Amino acid sequence: MLEIKGLKAGYGAMSVLQGIDMQIHAGEIVALLGSNGVGKTTLNNVISGFIVPTAGSVTFKGQRITGLKPLEIVALGIAHVPEGRKIFPNLSVRDNLKLGAFRRAHERIKQNFDRICALFPRLKERLDQLAGTLSGGEQQMLAIGRGMMSEPELIILDEPSLGLSPIMVEEMFAMIAQINAEGAAVLLVEQNVMQSLSAAKRAYVLEQGRFVMEGEAASLLANPQLQQAYLGL
Amino acid sequence: MSILIIPAILSGMMMGAVYALVALGLTLIYGVLHIINFTHGSLLMLALYVVYFLNFHLGLDPYWVIPFVLPLFFVVGYCLQRGLIAPMSGGSEQNVLLITLAISLMIDNLALYFWTSNTRSVDIAYAYDTVEIFGALLPFGRVVAFVVALAAAPLVWAFMAFTRTGSAIRAVAIEKRGAELVGIDVNHTYAICFGIGTACVALAACLLLPTFYVTPQVGYTFVLVAFTTVVLGGMGSLPGALLAGLLLGIIESLCGLFLGESLGQIGIFLAFILILFFKPSGLFGKRAGA
Ligand SMILES: Nc1ncnc2c1ncn2[C@@H]1O[C@H](COP(=O)(O)OP(=O)(O)OP(=O)(O)O)[C@@H](O)[C@H]1O
Ligand SMILES: [Mg+2]
Repeated sequence: MLEIKGLKAGYGAMSVLQGIDMQIHAGEIVALLGSNGVGKTTLNNVISGFIVPTAGSVTFKGQRITGLKPLEIVALGIAHVPEGRKIFPNLSVRDNLKLGAFRRAHERIKQNFDRICALFPRLKERLDQLAGTLSGGEQQMLAIGRGMMSEPELIILDEPSLGLSPIMVEEMFAMIAQINAEGAAVLLVEQNVMQSLSAAKRAYVLEQGRFVMEGEAASLLANPQLQQAYLGL
Repeated sequence: MSILIIPAILSGMMMGAVYALVALGLTLIYGVLHIINFTHGSLLMLALYVVYFLNFHLGLDPYWVIPFVLPLFFVVGYCLQRGLIAPMSGGSEQNVLLITLAISLMIDNLALYFWTSNTRSVDIAYAYDTVEIFGALLPFGRVVAFVVALAAAPLVWAFMAFTRTGSAIRAVAIEKRGAELVGIDVNHTYAICFGIGTACVALAACLLLPTFYVTPQVGYTFVLVAFTTVVLGGMGSLPGALLAGLLLGIIESLCGLFLGESLGQIGIFLAFILILFFKPSGLFGKRAGA
């Protein structure tokens, strides 16, 4: 469904991604792993249209999306839940969720709203609260819920478990499984290697601008090289 | 003395409502685009001329042209932001300041060139019919201005609170990246907001002209007061602008009463200095800078 070929991107003279190939198939969870600063967020921003790559292409459902504006990419069915959440702190939880359907699935705003309230009961209890006053974990749920409101076929989650307590991390992974079960493919960026490899079907490991490992999540989990580098085993 | 003070306060409030309306547009643009819009006064002047010429050439009543002048200036504002200010500034907020200043100087000087510095006013006889309120005799035109300008504020507020575009505007104002992530067209939203701000001055023009005048410099008077209003009300606050506008109108009127008509505006700028000194964030400015 998403196909990335020979992708290069960076900031000014600094190149971050140096030729990347990646596929995400409909309905699967793909984990993107790598240490801090290797370019995971950069890749997300290329996919969602905030960074124009210097070479290569991104195709979504057969259509080339490199060079499209973020709002056009949202309309095609990719939702990006970014690092730092970027929710609207001055708006209520309800308004935040509704705005998630601004560009896509606006006709089904009611059904999706109810669906997300069912998925995130903590948000449902706080619909009239200002988003800026939510706890960190609740804000993360809101950011995901807002992304889900556009009925994405692919949802990009950039470090959703960042800053959450261990119990909330468990809850978060359960939700990701639920989101995926409802049909969306998930690109999951995580520091939480063990848990994301357990949740994912396939995974990519980014190092120095290239993928150094990729494949079935289960076999990566058993890979001694990866265990040593990322799990400290 | 109170025989003079009550009418002064009332007539100050009439003018204050128009200040509030002009400031409403300015504060909306500041609150969302985070720019100080120097074209605001020039656009008010332009709108006053449009209303004046519609009356002079076609005999149209300033109040009845509201349904035409409002959308016209919405489009003018939209195009000005999207076609000129945004592309010329290249996204830098310092540039915007200079560009709006340059555009405003251009508009003002073109107006001076084409329409000369003559003071013009319309002759709408009924605008000066008097209405008696609390024993004060007030011109009908000012009462209309007061009522309509005050009604405009809750309308703008309701638009922002309850419509889809309104929530997009609020979203863009505080979290631009988040807005882009949900697929809001940020440039379009900025321009809509600029258009609404400009429509506010167009409405002010329609309300003002029957009891006021127009010259190419008329915008300065209002925009200075509007800036003061915005600062007093708290940058970006709609209810703040409303109350501050009324308050400044009253201050101006009372200073005019005690110090002489021509010194009325001194009170406004004195108030401005005092606010900057004691409460720089303004009456409603607790969230200023947020
Ligand atoms: N706007 C920017 N301008 C310049 N350099 C940037 C910019 N954003 C990121 N970088 C640099 O690009 C590199 C990759 O950053 P990126 O945010 O993609 O890393 P990441 O893999 O997401 O890291 P983390 O796990 O810490 O979030 C880093 O060296 C970073 O400093
Ligand atoms: Mg990152």
